[in-house]
Amino acid sequence: MTPACASLRAADHGPALRVAEQFEEASQQRAAATLGMWIFLATEVMFFGALFFAYSIARYQFPAAFAAASRHTNIVLGTTNTAVLLTSSLFMALAVKCAEEDLRRATVTLLAITGLLGLAFMGIKLTEYALDYRDHLVPAVNFAFDPAYARGALVFFGLYFLTTGLHLVHLSVGIALVALFAWRVARRRPNALADQVDIVGLYWHFVDIVWIFLYPCLYLVSRT
Amino acid sequence: MSSVVDGIGAGIPGSRDTRRSDAPSSYLTDGMSIGSWLATHDHKRIAILYAITITAFFFIGGAAATLIRLELATPAGDLVRAETYNKLFTMHGVIMVWFFLIPSIPATLGNFLVPLMIGARDLAFPRLNLTSFYLYVGGAVFTLAAMIAGGVDTGWTFYAPFSTLFSNTHVLYVLAGVFVVGFSSILTGLNIIVTVHKMRAPGMTWFRLPLFVWAQYATSAILVLATPVLAMTLVLLTVERVFGIGIFDPALGGDPLLFQHLFWFYSHPAVYIMVLPAMGVVSELVANGARNPVFGYKTMAFAIIAIAVIGFLVWGHHMFVSGQSMYAGIVFSFMSFLVAIPSAVKVFNWTATLWHGRIVYTAPMLYALGFVGLFTIGGMTGLFLAALALDVHLTDTYFVIAHFHYIMVGGTVSAYLGGVHFWWPKITGRLYSDRWARFAAVLLFVGFNFTFFPQYLLGIAGMPRRYHEYPPEFQTLNVLSSAGALVLALGYLLPLLYLGWSLFRGPRAPANPWHATGLEWQTTSPPPTHNFASTPVVTAPPYAYVPMRDVVDAREGTQ
Repeated sequence: MTPACASLRAADHGPALRVAEQFEEASQQRAAATLGMWIFLATEVMFFGALFFAYSIARYQFPAAFAAASRHTNIVLGTTNTAVLLTSSLFMALAVKCAEEDLRRATVTLLAITGLLGLAFMGIKLTEYALDYRDHLVPAVNFAFDPAYARGALVFFGLYFLTTGLHLVHLSVGIALVALFAWRVARRRPNALADQVDIVGLYWHFVDIVWIFLYPCLYLVSRT
Repeated sequence: MSSVVDGIGAGIPGSRDTRRSDAPSSYLTDGMSIGSWLATHDHKRIAILYAITITAFFFIGGAAATLIRLELATPAGDLVRAETYNKLFTMHGVIMVWFFLIPSIPATLGNFLVPLMIGARDLAFPRLNLTSFYLYVGGAVFTLAAMIAGGVDTGWTFYAPFSTLFSNTHVLYVLAGVFVVGFSSILTGLNIIVTVHKMRAPGMTWFRLPLFVWAQYATSAILVLATPVLAMTLVLLTVERVFGIGIFDPALGGDPLLFQHLFWFYSHPAVYIMVLPAMGVVSELVANGARNPVFGYKTMAFAIIAIAVIGFLVWGHHMFVSGQSMYAGIVFSFMSFLVAIPSAVKVFNWTATLWHGRIVYTAPMLYALGFVGLFTIGGMTGLFLAALALDVHLTDTYFVIAHFHYIMVGGTVSAYLGGVHFWWPKITGRLYSDRWARFAAVLLFVGFNFTFFPQYLLGIAGMPRRYHEYPPEFQTLNVLSSAGALVLALGYLLPLLYLGWSLFRGPRAPANPWHATGLEWQTTSPPPTHNFASTPVVTAPPYAYVPMRDVVDAREGTQ
């Protein structure tokens, strides 16, 4: 990677990042922004945490129905999406590194790939939703299930759409941020933005981690 | 005092000199248009935007309370119908909890004072601070829309399945309003945490922070960690109500206890969101009023943290009669007793701060002393409710109502008003009539006790909460309570008058009218936009009060 990156090293330098007036110096601003993102992620953990707690209780109430319902999720698309999202995180991590190294084109390219993989995830997920609709798995809209398990399966798919839907909302924010920074890095010196790219990276990995918990809960557990 | 602060800002590389010759003398005159207020990034102006809005909500919530007390003046349900009564107490609770108490001290005094107290130019994220204000306004609009559309009758607790299946009122609007206002709380908390960590002036170490800042910090941690759980709980309620997915409703296979656990996981720590900042305010006021350093500063700081941490582990005491496991009940009862220890430490330390002090009975000090007394009563009766067997008798009676009003109104509102009076000269640059202010403080204390003490007796006698009529034998105490509410209302209205008057006619305030320590008093009143002419450097611990022989009386603005 490094030799290839070296040839792409930015030649001209855009304006350096301005320090906002409430801060004494850039390092203080950087530390504040990073801590801010970590605290935001702590709130997100609690936000999704409540949802996973509700999932656990419902699963305890309806073990058989949850097993039956999870067999109706689309494991091929779900697994593909897991791979897509994990790969996007790899590119995000590389983009953060290249921004630190002041490699403009490499940073822009890597951010663009990250964003495109995010879009691919969304496309696959929406396709999956369409298939779920075809298979009568959408609560309150088009739902039919083996009567023995219908009540629990309704809760399962309610939580499935709620959790994956909220995850998609978070992902679309991530895609917007990645696109914004690809555009900004293209116009400025990457290492002036390196800290901000790093913070976007933190958010991106968090969205990834949420999926890493959702995937086994929704697709894998008790699927035999 | 000059030894505490020493301006060296010009010597720090990268610091900007804010002493431009054309700079306005205070944040109040830095831009006079409406737009310069509504789009401001200045934490002091945002604090004032919050203060105006929460005051409006306080009086809306107070109007609902007035109607409740009027209805309860007679045993018969003759003023409003039962449904209307349900909507009134719901409106009172929702507005007072989420639109007044939770933002009260953190978003107004906290917003204004935290940067000043730690020697910073602003909060770490000024734009986020403004966003947080507009989220609050957005949530308020939803909630007011629900009220205008006909109200909600679920109680502020939104217990499922009543809120998801049975209630025909505008539950979704209110859920949306509370959901949105929650993000306002989260962002304020985040901003304050980062500010305290990263924006402290040189020399402002953790154990030189005023206890007010410690309290804001601990409160912010609760805001950030508990509020998201409430947000998700409200989302789940919405999903159940709209799509009929059984998460809480047992008829659909859900678990109603799950709702209570999730709700109280937020709403019990929320009690500490309301009272911890009040404790911070009172620490400043008592030290200044007694002209003594706060007794046991470090134990006070650790007590704040202990209350915040243990406060997360006691939520089950709201559910002793709900059918949760008896063993869970025992643990929650034990934890509830445990949280009384740091609370008691604080009460003893405030009392010890008075010892050998030169106490001046200014209005802020009267509010602070009122807080200590009322908080003690409220806290002690909380122990009754933490006791498993006694709680079975007292659950859902007026005893509970009296208990939490002693904490939230007697405690938090007293401290909030005390803080507003204490920092009023700093915030507005004007002095008010201390005689009127002392009269209002006494009126409030007397009115409060007349309103709520009878409710303890009603609760022990078995009068249940949330009914618009009651057996005639409860009337004497209810009349006493309603009459007290009238006095209390006067105590709340009076400050509007004399503080409003002081804005226009009050004498100009000096930089430090109370001869208080703390960085906020080292700058001018009102402060300039960037707070300090140059970044202060701190060399001494807080509350460096020396018992002074010749304390200049700050009353009536005498100098």
